[in-house]
Amino acid sequence: MAKIGVFTCWCGENIARHVDVEAVSEAISKLPGVACSMNYKYMCSEPGQSLISEKIKELGLTGVVVASCSPHMHLKTFRKTVELAGVNPYMVEMANIREQCSWVHSDKAVATAKAIELIGIAVAKVRRNAALQPIKVPVTKRAMVIGAGVAGIQAALDLAAGGVEVILVEREPSVGGKMAGLSETFPTLDCSQCILTPRMVEVGQHPNIKLMTYSEVEKVDGYVGNFKVTVRKKARYVDIAKCTGCGTCWNACPKKNKIPNSFDYNLGNRGAIYIPFPQAVPARPTIDADNCLRLQSMKKGKELCGICMKNCGSQAINFHDQDELVEFDVGAIVVATGYKLYSIGKEQENPNIKGYGEYGYGKYKDVIDSLQFERIISASGPTGGEPKRPSDGMTPKTVVFIQCTGSRDNAKGITYCSKICCMYTAKHTMLFKHKVHDGAAHVFYMDIRSGGKMYDEFVRRAIEQDGALYHRGRVSKIEEITVDGVKKYRCYGADTLAGEPCVVDADLVVLACAMVPSDGVTKLAQKLSVGYNEYGFLSESHPKLRPVETNAAGVFVCGACQGPKDIPETVAQASAAAGKALIMLSQPYLTREPEIATVDEKLCAACGACVQTCPFKAITIEEIRDRKGNFIKNTSRVNPGLCMGCGTCVSVCPSKSVDLIGFTDDQVYAELESLLA
Amino acid sequence: MNIGYYPGCALHGSSVDYETSVRACMKALDVQLDELEDWICCGATAAHSINHKLSVALPARNLGIAERMNLKQVFAPCPMCSMELKKASDELHADPNLCAEISEIVETPLVGTVDVWNLIQVFQSVGYDNIAQKAQGKLDAFKPACYYGCLLTRPPKTVNFDDPEDPTSMEELLSKLGASPVDWNSKTVCCGAGLTLCDEAGVARQVHKILQDALDSGANCVVTACPMCQVNLDMRQADAKKLGLAQDVPIFFLSDLVSLALGLTPKDLDFQKRYVAIPNELQKA
Repeated sequence: MAKIGVFTCWCGENIARHVDVEAVSEAISKLPGVACSMNYKYMCSEPGQSLISEKIKELGLTGVVVASCSPHMHLKTFRKTVELAGVNPYMVEMANIREQCSWVHSDKAVATAKAIELIGIAVAKVRRNAALQPIKVPVTKRAMVIGAGVAGIQAALDLAAGGVEVILVEREPSVGGKMAGLSETFPTLDCSQCILTPRMVEVGQHPNIKLMTYSEVEKVDGYVGNFKVTVRKKARYVDIAKCTGCGTCWNACPKKNKIPNSFDYNLGNRGAIYIPFPQAVPARPTIDADNCLRLQSMKKGKELCGICMKNCGSQAINFHDQDELVEFDVGAIVVATGYKLYSIGKEQENPNIKGYGEYGYGKYKDVIDSLQFERIISASGPTGGEPKRPSDGMTPKTVVFIQCTGSRDNAKGITYCSKICCMYTAKHTMLFKHKVHDGAAHVFYMDIRSGGKMYDEFVRRAIEQDGALYHRGRVSKIEEITVDGVKKYRCYGADTLAGEPCVVDADLVVLACAMVPSDGVTKLAQKLSVGYNEYGFLSESHPKLRPVETNAAGVFVCGACQGPKDIPETVAQASAAAGKALIMLSQPYLTREPEIATVDEKLCAACGACVQTCPFKAITIEEIRDRKGNFIKNTSRVNPGLCMGCGTCVSVCPSKSVDLIGFTDDQVYAELESLLA
Repeated sequence: MNIGYYPGCALHGSSVDYETSVRACMKALDVQLDELEDWICCGATAAHSINHKLSVALPARNLGIAERMNLKQVFAPCPMCSMELKKASDELHADPNLCAEISEIVETPLVGTVDVWNLIQVFQSVGYDNIAQKAQGKLDAFKPACYYGCLLTRPPKTVNFDDPEDPTSMEELLSKLGASPVDWNSKTVCCGAGLTLCDEAGVARQVHKILQDALDSGANCVVTACPMCQVNLDMRQADAKKLGLAQDVPIFFLSDLVSLALGLTPKDLDFQKRYVAIPNELQKA
């Protein structure tokens, strides 16, 4: 017979102020199956927990109800308490009489009555609880990191240093990501490439890291500890094992310097066979099939050009290269796919986001975004670090920087702050002034957000030492005008501190565009069953306490794919993600909560409704055969490693043959009955 | 096609030539205009600056009249009027309590079934291709700078018409009729509006800037669908010339150009009422 102990917590005043805990204990003690009903000021405290274990031992309780806060807060605590006292930890239920009762009601009588009902429900349920055992799943001690920008590089290096084999997947021909294209970094003005390239070389050489550049994740199967990831290795037309990176091919290419280089955000050019930038890792070229004369001619059955192949001393060029699918077994996945900049153009992928018609929708050549400006002032950039504007190569004397382009602009559909623009704009003004001493750098800003170590000092330095001209106000329109035969960009702004319009004729306009997740991240998130917000930023499991975990077990996030952030924060988060993955991979096996779906295979008609609805792809249709191998029937079956216990399948099953352990129909009906009694 | 017609004060006062042009054009397109009986002021800037309820009640009464006349659409050639009517209509839709209250104030039952159109939207519902088919001649000589001013596209949420920062609906129509609209900067710049009464110099500066930009962009005329814009650009052009405007810029209503394409003559369109003379080559399609 059930012997249930009910322990009602005052939570100091939190519960006791609006709930009469004595009356609650008294009322609950009369419920069938309740062997004791106590209350105490802090049930989660050491004496509170002792009270529970003493009563278990004294009365031989079979189940426990703790009426206190949310199970999110303390279910684990009380499961531990009960387990130590010798009762199965899944024989505990919590009645939330704080968040769902005392905090939201001011009438004590009403709150007390409701608390009694809530506890009654929990008692009805716990009487039907079964002793459960955690599920054990094996772990593959190998990790995959998706994206090889600074976040992915850091995560891969940390995982590799922890002794784990790492597959680092990058869709571009080189690792390095956005950071490899930056000039200097705030707040120290140290050269971005100087600090990043040693790390890039290290990932290229580390014995524990397998680099998969020019590759994309195609498919993800399996579950925590046991993922099976299919990676598409895109045809590169260059055998990077044979290639020595000598450069003969890209210097001989007839398309040399004729194709816009996406690494330079199309401000510089490359050939059809190219390395995106001199420090690329691997320092091996790639052939751009869309622009290669030979590959294009082959489509028409001809064999034109081929100069690179003729010149290659190591026979590394293979025009018949094909995409290749490679499968990897990994235990953990770290997503580090980064960001791109919001486009001010008229056409937007996300219909909720609008471009900037007032800034010309991108039709003015000298209205560029901040990443393009980074290339213009970078020593490795298309102008060799000389600030020259794209339209005519003139050295700009007056540059207008417009912060919050897109960010914090509800009318454009992006409400968030991109966090780093205030800092890099201050940096841009400095770098510009260091190169053009008689130049003027005007910044239009909404307010300056420079929280961080030495950050505000850095902005002050831009203003006070380097003479950047800050105007608090927005630019409402940019017009292209011609002054004495020279193109200028008239920026109609406001200086709201002076309370007057502020019009600046600029030679170059730099827009600090909002950070948005990189292309294709939502598709990847769907493959991984990771959530994302309306903008496509991946969702962490808890914004404060589980910042690098996701709701898909075994998948971790770091860097700007989770939200806008700067380099130090990205690196810290990458190490955190690697650390969390290492903790997981260091276990001999993983334990998972046993509250998962289970199928009554006798009842199941294998209609597949649950297979369709399962967000975690945890259900498959399997055959049941007898010992002789004769087919009996089909049934759906739940993979206990994949199931997250959401219960969606239970609600769609037409034959009621799926049930959720720990939340069975029997338990839920008992709860309802208790409420309606 | 039958549509309700709300002229508003401008078309019966300072811009009677706009009404002449609109009526002529609509007649040529077989669009019958049913003028709202006993219409009143839309409230304009004055009402919404002083009293919110008044700013809803005034246009609401006009909408009520349209409903009583069983009209499905009301065409207001002045963008200020069409915006105010639309704004009131939206507010009445969004708030049933307000709708009931305003209904009582204006002593007219309000259901909120009336759609409000500006001039371009009327042309859109006739169909640009249909208009082009009816055209008698081509607007080859016209290199218009299409000028939308502030209210045709704003506030974007209320008027929900074209791109607020880079509208192109006039250009599309005029291109179909053979004109060569220019790409220019000042499409949606303020003309100075009501400041024309209290800050003449300020309006002259705006007009100068707008017209100079049109000329610099290669235009030989400016086309607008707003009586206020037309008046300022036309009437204040003499002041703009004192500020250095290089040459005369004829200012047309959109309906003028469509009418010319449809074979109407300057006489049908009150061209003699314009301050800036319209050169002969721009008097016919």
